Amino acid sequence: MIDALFNWFDERLGISGSGRKMLNKIFPDHWSFLIGEIALYSFIVLLGTGVFLTLYFVPSSKDVIYEGSYAPLRGQPVSEAFASTLNLSFAVRGGLLMRQMHHWAANIFVGSIVVHMLRIFFTGAFRKPRELNWIVGSTLLILAIFNGFLGYSLPDDLVSGTGIRISFSIVESIPLIGSYAAFFLFGGNFPGNSIIPRFFILHVLILPAVIVGLLGAHLGMLVRQKHTQFPGRGNTPRNVVGAPLWPTFAAKTTGFMCLTVAVTGVLSALFQINPVWLYGPYVPYKVSYAVQPDWYMGWLDGALRIMPSWEIVGFGHMIPNVFFPAILLPGITFGVLQAWPFIEARITHDHAEHQILDRPRDRPKRTAFGAAVFSFYFVLFGASATDVLANYLSISLNVVLTSFRFLAIAVPLIVFPVTYRICKEMQRVPTAGKRKRANVVLRSTEGGYTTVRAEERPGDAIPRVDPLPLDEEIEFVPVMAGVLVAGDGSGEEPEPGSPAESQTSRPRGGIFRIPRVYR
Amino acid sequence: MPDEPEAPAGSSGQDDPARRVRIPVTSIRADAPQFQIAAKNPRRAELVASSGFLLAAAGFAGFGAAYWQNYSNFWLALTFSVGFAGLGYGMVVWGRYLMPRGPFSESRHSLVPTTAQREAFVQDFASRGKVAVERRGFLVKTLGFASGILGVVLAFPLLRSLGPLPGKTLRQTAWRRGSYLVDITGRKIKTGDLEVGGFITVFPETDIGGAYSQTMLIRVDPPPASGYLTPPPQFAKQRKTWAPQGYIAFSKVCTHAGCPVGLYEELTKQMLCPCHQSLFDVTDAAIPIFGPAPRPLPQLPLYIDDEGYFRAQDGYDEPVGPGYWERGND
Repeated sequence: MIDALFNWFDERLGISGSGRKMLNKIFPDHWSFLIGEIALYSFIVLLGTGVFLTLYFVPSSKDVIYEGSYAPLRGQPVSEAFASTLNLSFAVRGGLLMRQMHHWAANIFVGSIVVHMLRIFFTGAFRKPRELNWIVGSTLLILAIFNGFLGYSLPDDLVSGTGIRISFSIVESIPLIGSYAAFFLFGGNFPGNSIIPRFFILHVLILPAVIVGLLGAHLGMLVRQKHTQFPGRGNTPRNVVGAPLWPTFAAKTTGFMCLTVAVTGVLSALFQINPVWLYGPYVPYKVSYAVQPDWYMGWLDGALRIMPSWEIVGFGHMIPNVFFPAILLPGITFGVLQAWPFIEARITHDHAEHQILDRPRDRPKRTAFGAAVFSFYFVLFGASATDVLANYLSISLNVVLTSFRFLAIAVPLIVFPVTYRICKEMQRVPTAGKRKRANVVLRSTEGGYTTVRAEERPGDAIPRVDPLPLDEEIEFVPVMAGVLVAGDGSGEEPEPGSPAESQTSRPRGGIFRIPRVYR
Repeated sequence: MPDEPEAPAGSSGQDDPARRVRIPVTSIRADAPQFQIAAKNPRRAELVASSGFLLAAAGFAGFGAAYWQNYSNFWLALTFSVGFAGLGYGMVVWGRYLMPRGPFSESRHSLVPTTAQREAFVQDFASRGKVAVERRGFLVKTLGFASGILGVVLAFPLLRSLGPLPGKTLRQTAWRRGSYLVDITGRKIKTGDLEVGGFITVFPETDIGGAYSQTMLIRVDPPPASGYLTPPPQFAKQRKTWAPQGYIAFSKVCTHAGCPVGLYEELTKQMLCPCHQSLFDVTDAAIPIFGPAPRPLPQLPLYIDDEGYFRAQDGYDEPVGPGYWERGND
């Protein structure tokens, strides 16, 4: 039955040819390659839970009297957006779970993108030929941050409303077009009635559509260019070593997706996130203490706080204070980020293709620079909590703020040489960072000492073998079902010195396939 | 993908002599190390993986029960997560220990085309393009003309209709000469409504709750002898009568990023914006003394009418709130 169905499709769409290539696509086995998968799977969680939320959320800032099940706010005038957020949290079964998972997944999504990007940066995976995919990836980061902001603004609560107020001021601060841009984006002067519906359509349709498109491009380019890989036994620039998509990677990655869902679910079970009913509805003249945005906006908030009170006025025009930390800084940040592959190539004059990753220590300058820049943003992130820190440590806000202004400059200047030094030291120790097998010292009855290696751990037990090429142009001979397949293929000559050559017989074969006898 | 054979392998692929390198039929021995599974004890691994799946079954069943019984979010989320955790764990164990452990490899071909391929492409592109496009300069121009007009015309519905022009709205609030100061319920504020050191958010009657007209009315302690709070020297003349009987009013919209400057500290007579911690000195024309705010809060000139109600002598004499390009020096 399945065979007949497969035949039906295969005869019409020609699946077997390119499909087999896909089945044999190799995914390198390295933990750092999982981070991007976390991003992908938390995005899937976002889509799933987000669709659920749209069924109940009402994107309207129309005033209604709240009559729902949350007693403390009953009888209060709130916006429909706020009321429906409360209703889907309290009155819809599983609604709170979906909402909390959505919010947690958003935080994980942006977080895993950032960590994934750090991995790409520090290992030099962005170099030729992957500059384009770096640009797509960093665009995805920007879009994820924007969409996260739009999303947590939708419930129209006191904290997010304050965030929208600040973002209006930020757009307003753009030289020349600022006030027009703000009025067009927000549908008039703040607050107006258009913000919630506009943010909604951006959040659930426009940006997700762009993200899905770019994600497709991101993965498409990855398939076309194939993975990078770390240097290692049998790994050459002309091959990719790892596990094939079918069935090993498929099983592992599906499992990994389920685990991502599980972690998101556990967070939603144990840690309340964004309890808007405690903040209350947004009204423009109210504000709450300790207003912090979601973590990925923290560096912007911190920059707004520690920016000195400068403003440029002249010739009847003004460049407002918020322009520098909230437009110029992210502009430079994302600009340099997007252009990084080209900036680095210009500095290093390295225009060659790279399929083998760098170990961070082997590129001490890049690593030190990346660490210094990252530490700068980390300080800004910390600065978004100046008020909380001052309160918690019982020291004056002035001291905290001044310290952060100082740290923002000092920390990167310290991090750069320290990181550089660590890299240099690590280079000198060839086994640094490698897992060592323990040695066990035994004392014999005579008093002599001998050393034996400790028992193998599961990973050690696998003998190190050369990778077996699952090459592309192979013709299979019919085989008995259930027996691993003999390969009969035509392919290119192996590279001199490649592992394939060192083997006496040249086994080539896709092992996971539908044998011809079925077709 | 580069050169995918469309026809079944064996026809075109093998007829191409360049590609045809006959490899003797070799059997990949079933005992090749790459095909061995990683588990030393497959039965045990199978047991572990299947117990993961059974846990998942229990978790999902529990989720169904929790949903049916309308349990709290905690139980819904926990059973849901246990289900997915079991599923994920089982899958990972299966993939890790009970599938060929590899490593395998596939070859990587350069995506850079040969010079011949590139030249052929350029040839096709240019030769057809020459006939179709380059010789038809007039068509290209008219097409560009039409597209240009389309672009300009589209900009109106797509951009201009998104919102009104700013006009005066950023410069002007709803405060006018003679506006009463009312609270959020619309009640007019009278002398004596505030304790010494007290403060209240007030609006003009026409814009109660307004985002830009929100104003902080503060009763400063101690009340001055002259009847009016003394303004700092730079405003000595202009603001002489703006703060009658120790009552003073400042715009509540922060000049930094527009948050409500919501906290008034009676002891130091300072207003604090909780968003980015700008601090304004009420006794010194609300000049920012700390934090990122670049300008003082505009002051609303007050008077007390014959019935004892607070009213505005006039609107604000400068735009309230954060800066923008056109604000300049006014």
